[in-house]
Amino acid sequence: MPDGTSALHLVLTADPSLVSIVRLSLAVSLTAVVVAALIGLPLGALIALTKFRSREFVIVVLNALMGLPPVIVGLLVYLSLSRSGPLGSWGWLFTAKAMVIAQAILVLPILAALTRQTIEDLWVEYRDEFAAMNVGALGRIRALLWDARFSLITALLAGFGRAAAEVGAIIIVGGNIEGFTRTMTTAIALETSKGNLPLALGLGIVLIAILIIVSAAAWLARRAGERLAG
Amino acid sequence: MPSDLPICLSQVSVHIKHHVLLHGINLDLTRGSPTVLVGPNGSGKTTLLRVAMGLLTPTSGRITWNGQEIAEPVGRAFMFQRPVMLRRTVRANICYALGAAGVPRSKRNDRASELLASVGLEGLADRPARHLSGGERQRLSLARALAKDPTVLFLDEPTASLDPAATQSIEQLLLAASERGVKVVMSTHDLHEARRLAGDVVLLHRGTIIEAAPAAKFFTEPSTELARRFLAGDLLL
Amino acid sequence: MHVFKPLIRLCCALAAAMLLATATGCSVSQERSIVVASTTSTLDSGFFDYLLPLVKERTGITVKVVAQGTGQALDTGRRGDADVVFVHAKAAELAFVAQGESTKRYPVMYNDFVLVGPAEDPAHIAGQKNVLQAFQAIQEHAATFISRGDRSGTNIAELALWLDAGVDIEQKKGSWYKSIGQGMGAALNTASASGAYTLSDRATWIHFANQGPLGILVQGDVRLFNQYGVMLVNPERHPNVKKQLGQAFIDYLVSPSGQQDIAGYRIDNQQLFFPNANDPNA
Repeated sequence: MPDGTSALHLVLTADPSLVSIVRLSLAVSLTAVVVAALIGLPLGALIALTKFRSREFVIVVLNALMGLPPVIVGLLVYLSLSRSGPLGSWGWLFTAKAMVIAQAILVLPILAALTRQTIEDLWVEYRDEFAAMNVGALGRIRALLWDARFSLITALLAGFGRAAAEVGAIIIVGGNIEGFTRTMTTAIALETSKGNLPLALGLGIVLIAILIIVSAAAWLARRAGERLAG
Repeated sequence: MPSDLPICLSQVSVHIKHHVLLHGINLDLTRGSPTVLVGPNGSGKTTLLRVAMGLLTPTSGRITWNGQEIAEPVGRAFMFQRPVMLRRTVRANICYALGAAGVPRSKRNDRASELLASVGLEGLADRPARHLSGGERQRLSLARALAKDPTVLFLDEPTASLDPAATQSIEQLLLAASERGVKVVMSTHDLHEARRLAGDVVLLHRGTIIEAAPAAKFFTEPSTELARRFLAGDLLL
Repeated sequence: MHVFKPLIRLCCALAAAMLLATATGCSVSQERSIVVASTTSTLDSGFFDYLLPLVKERTGITVKVVAQGTGQALDTGRRGDADVVFVHAKAAELAFVAQGESTKRYPVMYNDFVLVGPAEDPAHIAGQKNVLQAFQAIQEHAATFISRGDRSGTNIAELALWLDAGVDIEQKKGSWYKSIGQGMGAALNTASASGAYTLSDRATWIHFANQGPLGILVQGDVRLFNQYGVMLVNPERHPNVKKQLGQAFIDYLVSPSGQQDIAGYRIDNQQLFFPNANDPNA
């Protein structure tokens, strides 16, 4: 980020370093949410619908993991991806891929726990109909996830918010390398430590604006969906 | 497909915690004209329907479907008093039921159109199901139940909150299904409806069967005192 | 439902594109790039923003700097997660070589530390020529002092100064001595916000935009010189290390043109780093 320029100036002139940072932030966080959703939504639905012995315990732990400290996740992923670690041969440390992994791990419990609650609430209503229609386990999961889609959009937004806002994990596993692993939040951290406080604040406002845009897009999608299919 | 009939309940009781919902139920549901369950609120009509459908396991006693102790609900369908609309269009709701019944994807659309036409909802095919009125929801629920091509059709108060026109169209559908060979087993509040539809009547009170008889006999010469009082309009306490 | 199918397909396509973007974004640069573990104070001073484009121009190498504290940077080298380590703690660097983690340490440049503090100067050290006496004064007056406390080169230098000043800091530290465990920028922010003393490298100080009530109070003492060294992580220990590219980067830094580029970094017309690769004592 060029020093001495305000964030507004960077936005208005579409400064290339700002654009690349925004693009990377969105790519990392959105990819992390997608990865976490592919695992977390079916997992949450499965827990909601299956009876098994330690179910209550699993739910308690899952809910607790929503507050997983990002620095711990960052450290664990760092140790795993380090060349001296078990997955070192992948060479993913200090790349965007490592950041996606760390954020996906942070977002997964949020998506799974919120999905579990949403599906469980819906299941109470739907149970008899599914039994009467003789719907199998897989069919139930798919139908409930689809019917719960509007509530799940909110869960996805919560997950995205968590990913887009965090800095502790990605600065450890990404290294905040300019042009490669520097995102909005890590850039803000850097400008703060350089004492460029107004620039840091300005970037923060840009980040919040992006969050609002994403939230608005989700709201529009929900509105359109409701109008089409109730 | 192999039929679930006859459905035989023998000494069936249902207790939930200390609450007795049904006790000493002996009933056979066989092929033929509709069986209608009547009785005051809380008499166990809904519970009996659910047990016969297989949604509820009796606390004691025995129930068999065509001699089987356990039978997947492939050939029987249930229409709930307050049906749940899937969050999609009317047509998609039916297609979903067709899919669950094993109908191949290529045939679903046509069959859905037929079912929609039979319940008079073809004009609302693309409307979100949650936007339907009470009567329209009942009709969609019936279409979903019929999607299975069932041999036994259970209905829990199918016309309870419907206006006369909607009631008439549902009743006609049920009679038509019965004529096609579907065994209709339903509960109702409305004695007149029972008169219109029943082949056999079963009167329930406080969880037991007071009297079970062919409709003609039940309405003209009930054999129990309670049945007489019920037909006379007394509140059975 | 019909509308949602194409919408879902679009979302899947977008997600796939992004995954691809993050994936390929890496492989393209993998070719002529190295990872250099360096320190936060060097990064905060803006030195790399200036130097890396020049490195790219002269050698074609893309340098990816991971900035951590000196201790962490050396640790990163030990784990084989960096190709080159570029820090400023000579004793720790020599130990690194002695442990076989690198085969050779190359001196590159030095900058100096400055002791900054608030305008009121409760310890009365402004203009003091002897930094050790300044440290003693701070301790005697129990004036608030911010320590980086993060095993960084700056931190190691600070602790050495307390030692040389005859102050057993572990015994003497009280609520006036605040060890924050963070980088140079954070330390300066904290000192600025609480009107405290701290030891900073000159480059980061000049580049720092939030100086507040602070100013340079002690400078120029030769004990404040800060030597930088660069090392290639031992490729025999870590076969993944990019030996040729890493060595090419080091060769550039100590070459006449590299040394000239280093001297060319200025802020407010002040030179911040002084090349001394040819100094045998560095």
